[in-house]
Amino acid sequence: MRTVGLARLLHTAMIAVALAAAGRADGAERGLAGKIEYCKTCHGLAGQGYLGYFAMPRLAGQQEAYLGNQLHAFTERRRTNPVMFNVAHALSPSMVASLAAHFRHLNPPPFGGGPRNLVARGKTIYEEGIPESNVPACSACHGPDGTGRDEIPRLAGQLYPYTVKALRSWARERGQGSAQPDVSAVMAPTAHNMNPAEISAVAAYVSTLR
Amino acid sequence: MTLGTMKIAALAVAVALAGPAAAGELRPANVRNCIWCHGTSAQGYASAPRLAGQRPAYIEKELRAFHDRMRDNPQSRQYMWGAAEALNRWKARDLATYFSTIPGKPAKDGHRDLVAEGRTIYELGIPDANIVSCVVCHGPHGEGVRDIPRLSGLSYTYLRDRLEQWNEGYHASATYPMPKVARTLSPPEVEALASYLSFAR
Repeated sequence: MRTVGLARLLHTAMIAVALAAAGRADGAERGLAGKIEYCKTCHGLAGQGYLGYFAMPRLAGQQEAYLGNQLHAFTERRRTNPVMFNVAHALSPSMVASLAAHFRHLNPPPFGGGPRNLVARGKTIYEEGIPESNVPACSACHGPDGTGRDEIPRLAGQLYPYTVKALRSWARERGQGSAQPDVSAVMAPTAHNMNPAEISAVAAYVSTLR
Repeated sequence: MTLGTMKIAALAVAVALAGPAAAGELRPANVRNCIWCHGTSAQGYASAPRLAGQRPAYIEKELRAFHDRMRDNPQSRQYMWGAAEALNRWKARDLATYFSTIPGKPAKDGHRDLVAEGRTIYELGIPDANIVSCVVCHGPHGEGVRDIPRLSGLSYTYLRDRLEQWNEGYHASATYPMPKVARTLSPPEVEALASYLSFAR
């Protein structure tokens, strides 16, 4: 009776130790997993983006360097967005890297919903630019398939209203604060030189790219 | 102008807006069924939410969810499943148009001392606790958009109950992201949000 009791006690103790160890591992895992869930609550279950009152951009397949840079831009107030300022503030550098790596490898189909009738005009602008307005071909930097490179973002599959808003409010939202050199300056003249119709056309086109 | 004639005038406007195909479909008897619980000016009463000023696409979507028995919290089962049973999509659209055009009055029945905290959660979420901001979907003033509902000015009780019900596993028309969002909220956070929104306009 006594030996059985001891054996059971030992067994219980071993399970307790095993659970405690697993608990710690789970804790670290839950930290990242919980944060991924948090991002996906707004940015879509597969990172494909979501349309609420505001458009939450697609993060799936996004360049890791771009995501990291933007999250820093929010906290350094180079990029104006009160909600994302707070979101980014709660992320450690290693968490930023892990999140960026996670979203980089997701590949859901585009969110869709952009105006189909603008796609053809958008494709022309994307591939050839608008020479008379000093707008270079988007493909020159963002790549022929719109997947971007490093700090140059992927545009493929991006939500139509998000791209429209980004381009139309570029000077007010990006590159803020004179102290910080900001890569977004590269895009400022191009965003400025495009009229609303051209912006809509390009946004419609990239929203269809896979 | 009596309340009755105003109502008839509003109905006439709603019918005119809905177009000739719908004319005659929106009978006062239809609306009378609704206002029995939701109040004569559709400002809501007890667990029946305010319909006045709600997004028409949202009302329509919810009526379909009741009709299809998808929205399954106890009040929905008890009252709305039956109420929406005979509604086709045209009748549902007429009712949605009618109620959305009535101006809504804020319920103001939440806890005043929780308003500031609720507003902060609404606007910014709680990033450290992985709680997202409500503003990104429901709008800067809780006004909603398309089929995303207006929250501002709904009653404290209704808002609190709905947030609790998501968390208790009941279903509604939206399968994403609200069930996820509600799971992250603690009871005090739900009370704060419901309090803030009951005063918001």
